[in-house]
Amino acid sequence: MFKKDITSGAKSKVKSSVQRTIRQKVLDAYPLLEPYIEDILPKKEQLDLVKLPDRVSLYTLQSTPLFFQHMDDAILPHLTIVHRYPNCFPRLRIDRGAIRFVLSGATLMAPGLTSPGGRLPGDPNDTEGRYGKEELEAGTPVVIEAEGKETACMVGVLKVGTAEMKKTKKGQACEAGHYLGDGLWTLSL
Amino acid sequence: MATESYPRTVLYCGVCTLPPEYCEFGGTTRKCEEWLEENKPELHKKLYSQEALEQNLSALSLDAQKRAEKDSQKKAAKAAAAEARDAETRASSKILIKRIERNKRKYVTAVQGLEAFGLDIKKVAKDFGKKFATGSSVTKVPGGGEEITVQGDLSEDIQEYIEENYKNVPDDNIELIEDKKKKKAEQQAV
Ligand SMILES: [Zn+2]
Repeated sequence: MFKKDITSGAKSKVKSSVQRTIRQKVLDAYPLLEPYIEDILPKKEQLDLVKLPDRVSLYTLQSTPLFFQHMDDAILPHLTIVHRYPNCFPRLRIDRGAIRFVLSGATLMAPGLTSPGGRLPGDPNDTEGRYGKEELEAGTPVVIEAEGKETACMVGVLKVGTAEMKKTKKGQACEAGHYLGDGLWTLSL
Repeated sequence: MATESYPRTVLYCGVCTLPPEYCEFGGTTRKCEEWLEENKPELHKKLYSQEALEQNLSALSLDAQKRAEKDSQKKAAKAAAAEARDAETRASSKILIKRIERNKRKYVTAVQGLEAFGLDIKKVAKDFGKKFATGSSVTKVPGGGEEITVQGDLSEDIQEYIEENYKNVPDDNIELIEDKKKKKAEQQAV
């Protein structure tokens, strides 16, 4: 989504009623953020909306990017939010070989997740339960972590459900999203 | 399981801006490593130990290793080329500080060419306004590009300010000029 460098467009203040809606949307999508929502989206602080190219809206607090949304699609967290609250999002893991592809903006393919180094929900090697037990449906926003790394490298929306992915082990896994080093990451606000 | 307190603070690389564990995938790995060694020696030890490097390699098949190696060489070459290009444009770019007479004895100062040195024009315009307590705005230049227009005759003050505050601008690359074109044109018209 942000493969090219982008420059931020017009910045406007978000009305407090809209700000409430956004807060609710975030909580609906990521219920585990509940205990921290007041730190992330304080009720009393002014949220700003920055227009980005291709109809993407970015919500910021001063110059801290928080969440972004393409038209009416799922609202997604900026990777710095994911890094601060890593276990509040459904997450999957890619194997080491897939990292350099993701970081160059390639579409994430299923084999990167289904290979031995990858993790999908219910993986027997995932003793901590870090990647959950429940299968995830297509359309779910997910955070992508990587084999051998502690921090996430991508945020995207599942193109196929994880149950199906385990069966087919082929094809695109995730819609183009936001990855480390992309235009959204390097955007100066 | 240990309960962790959030938000977690994540360190980001001062060179490539990614979390240091991802530096190895960028084109500036060498510089990133130096930065980390200087700024976070414990993490440097962990990420760049012989053991860690070997473990990284063993996660890939020989074939994938070769491809990744080639890929990172390409990226490094690209980053080096980009840096050389930047240095070259910087060396050959000039910042023009122009004194323009608006009315008799009333001047504005226009500053062009800051962007070639990686400066954010909007921010610099704001800084000028604050520093000199005057009006300072970004205006479009006919033919593309932007310049900063500062109210008042401040050419020399601005030159000094740039030399002192923006160290990556060589002093020789700043030029003061006087815009008298308008006057001449007017005289000719008369
Ligand atoms: Zn780095």
